[in-house]
Amino acid sequence: MEITKKVRDGDVRTVSRLIRNIEDRIPGAKDTIKHIFPHTGKAHVIGFTGSPGAGKSTLIDCLVAELRKRDKTVGVLLVDPTSPFTGGAILGDRIRMQRHALDPGVFVRSLATRGALGGLSKAVGDAIHVLDAMGKDFVIVETVGTGQQEVEIINHAHTVVVVLIPGMGDEIQAIKAGILEIADIFVINKADRDGAGKLYRELMYMLSMADEFPGGWKPPIIRAENMFAADSFGKSLHELTDTINAHYQNLVDKHLLGDRILRKAMLELNEALHNAILDPVLTELVETGDMRRMADMLLKKETDPYTLADEVAGKYLRE
Amino acid sequence: MAKRKLRIMVAKPGLDGHDRGARVLARCFRDAGYETIYTGCHQTPEEIAAAAIQEDIDCVGLSCHSGAHRYLFPQTVKQLRELGGDDIQVIGGGVIPTADFQMLYDAGLKGVFTPGVTLPDIVKWIEENIVPNIRD
Amino acid sequence: MYFTKELLDKTSRMRKKWEDEVKKAVAKHADLKGDWSTVSSLPINRLYGPEDIKDTNFEEDIGYPGQFPYLRGNQVTGYRGRYWTFRMFSGFGTAKDTNQRWHQLLNAGQTGLSTAFDFPTLMGYDTDDPKARGECGKCGVAIDTLEDFLVLVDGIPMDKITTSMTINPPATALWAMYCAAAEIKGIPLTKIGGTIQNDMLKEFIAQKTLMCPPDPSVKLISDTVEFGTKHVPRWNTISISGYHIREAGSTAVQELAFTLRDGMEYVEDVIRRKGLHVDEFGPRLSFFFNSHIDFFEEIAKMRAARRIWAKAMRDRYKSTDERSWWMRFHTQTAGCSLTAQQPYNNVIRTATEALAAVLGGTQSLHTNSLDEVWCLPSDFAVEIALRTQQVIAEETGVTNTIDPLAGSYFVEALTNEMEEQAWDYIHKIDDMGGMVAAIDRGFPQMELADAAYKYQQQVDSSEKIMVGVNKYVTDEEQEIPLLEIDDALETEQINRLNEVRRKRDGKAAKKSLDDLKNACKKEENVMPYCIEAVKNLCSVQEICDVYREVFGEFRDPAMY
Repeated sequence: MEITKKVRDGDVRTVSRLIRNIEDRIPGAKDTIKHIFPHTGKAHVIGFTGSPGAGKSTLIDCLVAELRKRDKTVGVLLVDPTSPFTGGAILGDRIRMQRHALDPGVFVRSLATRGALGGLSKAVGDAIHVLDAMGKDFVIVETVGTGQQEVEIINHAHTVVVVLIPGMGDEIQAIKAGILEIADIFVINKADRDGAGKLYRELMYMLSMADEFPGGWKPPIIRAENMFAADSFGKSLHELTDTINAHYQNLVDKHLLGDRILRKAMLELNEALHNAILDPVLTELVETGDMRRMADMLLKKETDPYTLADEVAGKYLRE
Repeated sequence: MAKRKLRIMVAKPGLDGHDRGARVLARCFRDAGYETIYTGCHQTPEEIAAAAIQEDIDCVGLSCHSGAHRYLFPQTVKQLRELGGDDIQVIGGGVIPTADFQMLYDAGLKGVFTPGVTLPDIVKWIEENIVPNIRD
Repeated sequence: MYFTKELLDKTSRMRKKWEDEVKKAVAKHADLKGDWSTVSSLPINRLYGPEDIKDTNFEEDIGYPGQFPYLRGNQVTGYRGRYWTFRMFSGFGTAKDTNQRWHQLLNAGQTGLSTAFDFPTLMGYDTDDPKARGECGKCGVAIDTLEDFLVLVDGIPMDKITTSMTINPPATALWAMYCAAAEIKGIPLTKIGGTIQNDMLKEFIAQKTLMCPPDPSVKLISDTVEFGTKHVPRWNTISISGYHIREAGSTAVQELAFTLRDGMEYVEDVIRRKGLHVDEFGPRLSFFFNSHIDFFEEIAKMRAARRIWAKAMRDRYKSTDERSWWMRFHTQTAGCSLTAQQPYNNVIRTATEALAAVLGGTQSLHTNSLDEVWCLPSDFAVEIALRTQQVIAEETGVTNTIDPLAGSYFVEALTNEMEEQAWDYIHKIDDMGGMVAAIDRGFPQMELADAAYKYQQQVDSSEKIMVGVNKYVTDEEQEIPLLEIDDALETEQINRLNEVRRKRDGKAAKKSLDDLKNACKKEENVMPYCIEAVKNLCSVQEICDVYREVFGEFRDPAMY
């Protein structure tokens, strides 16, 4: 298929349109993904999450620069929230990365959540496949960053980086939001600010409470100071890049990469089955008016939802 | 059939930092239901065009207050076309004398807006003139 | 304040009676609209009376001119001894073009010069940098090296005329050129006077002329303050600017608060970093405000600004020299209040704004030209703008008496209210750890973005009226003559720059840049090194590239 070839050749126009088609659920996009799928699985997917104002975008921008110095190609997906009132969105994370706009080794794409919960867009999974097939060595995904339950990233990334800053009271916020459990690496950003020591100690304490870590990987805590203090920030950036690589290597060495990929595979399969099996049934029930009739039966207490579900399942699953 | 969501870019080419209009416009487009990418200040036409392609934009809105629009706007159109973005429309606004309008239209801009145009007018213009492309 | 309890009781009764009558009248004939507020949406009452300023203390809060808290002005003689400086911002094309315009303005009665630079110069790029393409001479004069600068000041009596230069990140380089030019003309540094804008905080907040991160940017400013204090005593090394904050969409109170808090940040930095006493440099700090279309709000803002600054200097920084307590400021009428539609109306807007600035007690004034929404002003438009100031000064009689609006129930009440709201903002920013910290958090940027969006929506819904835009609209276009900048200037300027690079002593130029770099690294004052570098014909960009290399380059994080 021509489009597959174009994606694999890294044709930017094709890739960006394909991601758009995925987002807009244009039917042809699914077929393209089918063709692309065998060519995926090579990229190292890194997720960035954390509290608002933590400096995720700026950090990713610097990481991209560092990866480029190491001669790696990078795809970046930036997720921003869709306004629930208007359906519109301002996708502004890109601003921080515009210096890479002319670098053919970097592809940056902004995605709106379009109502999806969990800090990502529904299209993210397939968009990662596309950038992977495009041949990017690394695919970096930035979650919305509202400090809410942004744990969805764990299903897509090999390495999850959680970015925190001192003095915002995020410590507790983050624990509540369950973000800490998904971290493979912590970054304390703006660590020259007051409260950085306290945040570090709290994280250390929390980690000490854990019984064991999968693969023996205890999430390291990296302190990144003021990014304009070039020397010290450069060092932190090196450390972050090396640690991200080390984490991936650990997954490989401990044969855990499969587990990570399995999680994504299960999720995708689940989603695909949902789309393939349940969606048509539901559509038919609505269109034939059966849904309404069944609801009326419930209102009259003639039956219960479970009995009805069993009946529907019995009918369709036999087919 | 799924409906295309309009994707629009607000960009500031050149060295002037007067981004009041650009930022107000970005909010206005969000509130109109569009997915709006804002590039920030101080972009070259080359950078804007590359970003518009990567983001699969339907319409790029340029804002310039320095008087350099005579170079920057046409150059952005040219770059977009070179990168294969033939269907990406370009519009512009800022401090633009009426005498320059024709020159900008000739260079491929689809619309040029004068200071004092209202936000609803701009949105109406977009609704009437920008159709998200569903070619493939 | 000056009201006894008996009097207040009486006025309250009279007021009550009036209020009852208003109710009846409004029931019969409704008001024209529901919302009566300033252009910044500050609600205004139908009437003000003694009750509204009863807590005002004459001695503490009002006083006389030249006395704390300087509400009524710094100068004891008001405008009788000296009008404000008629200072028209100008600059376009090449140094030669602008020099000609300057001579023309001086001949027309202008009393001070004010320089507009083009964007490459403002951002610290040379004309031949790829980022500068298309910008040369468009928005101001193009200056690459001292050679250009010498053409710019040719025939200008630098020991008699003060010159203001609107320049921010590269302020050290351009000021160095001014100093070097004076030296070449045989004028000692102690004799030259003027202002460099040199206010980076408002760039991060509003105008986005950015180069280095906030902290080193403030450091470079403190260098100029120190150098000026020691060697160029008649120079205002910073013009702490609210103008751009307002143009970016702030309210009047936000302009007031953020500008003054910026000023406090600079004071604190110079004390901390340079170890100077506040009174060593306090008298050389100057300010720059916007005069917007809402007449009384602007007057109240400027009066409040003087009072806040005097209090801050005396009480917060323990200054004992009253010259440090004076807020001296330049004003420019509001570019953002002008309309492209029916451009001749802009003359009326500018005149009103200029009058407000004079009644607010400005020391220096720029009046915008009617065509500035379209392009740089034409000669024709500049002349009307200058004449506007002259009519106000010479014909209207407003200069006869000092601070004529003092004691007005309304003006004093509004002044009090704006001061109060400004202090609230100032304390909020203190709590965040100062202005640099607040900027880092995006606080002032977001306040501006919200205010700008709100105002635009108010105009779009005709809640706020702009004549010719959303009311009294006509289809007919008024043609006005516009200034055109030749696109070919760019090539010409690049040729000149290349010529300078060819003929200069390359080794000496390189050495002076290396010296500057070392000075930056060692945190020495950069000014002497800058002067040396410009004398060796190093360009604006070469100097700024040193800063970018040592201090890092800052990109706009764009809050919206």
